[in-house]
Amino acid sequence: MAKVVLDFEKPIVELEQKIEEMRKLSDNLDIADEIATLEKKVSQLRENIFSNLTRWQKVQLARHPDRPYTLDYISMIMTDFVELHGDRAFSDDKAIVAGFARLDGQPVMVIGHQKGRDTKSNLYRNFGMPQPEGYRKALRLMKLAAKLSRPIITMIDTSGAYPGIEAEERGQGEAIARNLFEMSHLPVPIIVAIIGEGASGGALGIGVGDRVLMMENTWYSVISPESCSSILWRSWDYKEQAAEALHLTARDLMEQKIIDRVIPEPPGGAHRNPQQAAAILKDTLIEELKLLQKIKPDKLVEKRIEKFAAMGEFHP
Amino acid sequence: MAWFRRSKENISTDSQKKDTPEGMWVKCESCGEIIHKKTLEQNLWTCSKCNFHFRIGSKEYFSFLLDEGSFKEYDKKMYSKDPLNFVDTKKYRDRVRETIKKTGLYDAVRYGSAEINKIGIVIAGMDFAFIGGSMGLVVGEKVSRAIDRALTAKKPLIVICSSGGARMMEAAYSLMQMAKTSAKLTRLSDAGIPYIAVLTDPTTGGVTASFAMLGDVILAEPGALIGFAGPRVIKQTIGKDLPPGFQRSEFLLEKGFVDAVIHRKDMKDTLTKLLGMMYSN
Repeated sequence: MAKVVLDFEKPIVELEQKIEEMRKLSDNLDIADEIATLEKKVSQLRENIFSNLTRWQKVQLARHPDRPYTLDYISMIMTDFVELHGDRAFSDDKAIVAGFARLDGQPVMVIGHQKGRDTKSNLYRNFGMPQPEGYRKALRLMKLAAKLSRPIITMIDTSGAYPGIEAEERGQGEAIARNLFEMSHLPVPIIVAIIGEGASGGALGIGVGDRVLMMENTWYSVISPESCSSILWRSWDYKEQAAEALHLTARDLMEQKIIDRVIPEPPGGAHRNPQQAAAILKDTLIEELKLLQKIKPDKLVEKRIEKFAAMGEFHP
Repeated sequence: MAWFRRSKENISTDSQKKDTPEGMWVKCESCGEIIHKKTLEQNLWTCSKCNFHFRIGSKEYFSFLLDEGSFKEYDKKMYSKDPLNFVDTKKYRDRVRETIKKTGLYDAVRYGSAEINKIGIVIAGMDFAFIGGSMGLVVGEKVSRAIDRALTAKKPLIVICSSGGARMMEAAYSLMQMAKTSAKLTRLSDAGIPYIAVLTDPTTGGVTASFAMLGDVILAEPGALIGFAGPRVIKQTIGKDLPPGFQRSEFLLEKGFVDAVIHRKDMKDTLTKLLGMMYSN
């Protein structure tokens, strides 16, 4: 059962609890029909609510603290994961995890942002906000993958690169720029999956790939709705409007031709059924990877550069 | 009753003191020196007393950097079509239209082919005056085309950076311009054609985290603010004051993120020397 319930989820969760209670009673009473009716009602209600979510509500879902994070997905969809640490220059950034793992038996390099679930783990993970060494660790391991001809899978879930004194001292901008540059021409397949929040350069820093996929209830943009509100409206109170204006949902980005595919989530969102969400993600990744592996490396790079070059192309 | 009591209300005293004399005189933002506009221009918009570098546009930059009459501009009138129909306190479309009218520019970058002391180059110069030099579709596309042109003409590329970051009103499109310009730069790199980035005040956000930091050589003007996150955001996040000189050119030089800090007066000479040694067509 969900630990955190968002406002718009409440009617659904309440009804589910009622069904649960009835089930407990049903040992003594014959109320199977009533339960069935209620279950039908709850799925209708869920469909109603979820097909009419505002963009801000989608942002809330993307941030839902019960949503699976990178390490959760890795443990649910991959085997033999060996985590590899450090950028070999400064330190190991805990906000980005990386390592070899097998997807459907096939060795891949998997890299993703990692958030924490409670105060302690969030401090350890720096709330999933990487320092430059996180991007440099990712780059080191992506180059290793390229050297060994192993495909790369990245999972994006960050509220941004960390804005701190040390991060600037060690070249946050340079670290992200370098990754954009290098990822553009690594001669192995790269699949990017946005599994939660995709905020700005901090997300894009591991987000250049042949296929960019977004899970249904995630967001991806140049700035968070809150920061956008504070800059353009000069107040924190316009986040709903900012979310609308930014067109930041999976469907929006599909329309803008910035992503390649929307990955459906189980009814009620990934946090309501992580196993099923993981199973859908796994099938999608396997399918996409098969297609990419048919393309020769130089062609792959050519197509990747063209893909990003075409984003917002002008024909004046 | 005192005879000197003020009889009229609403006489303001020093609250509206002008800090910039109108007309031909400009006050140095750094040391307060009053400089004649002509002198300032002769001094390449730097303060002769304290060396403060004034923010200037691409027009001014090209005027002293490029050989006279050598600049040929491309895609001059490319402007943003407002892909998302973005509205905040004002329609983005109106904001663009007004800025075009006000500045005479069509977006925050101009590019073309030119010569520096007879060396053929492709150059792009950014304009902070156009919505804070922010990078949206037009900036991304024009910088990409500058790269393409450098590649086909086999000429070195120079980009004069000046930007507050991404163009928020173009949302994810503006984010993708970082990937787009960086991806295109791999081709220039593979072809062995040099790219020099010149960072001026300010160079922050998405521009820093893409083509500004990808120069084969990165030069910075003295005292320019250069960083990924803006100082205000950092201060808000950490809840502490920032050290003096933080995120300035000299700080980046010290930390190893720019190759050299070059006075505007020496920029043309330095670029000429570098281009001569880095590339022979």
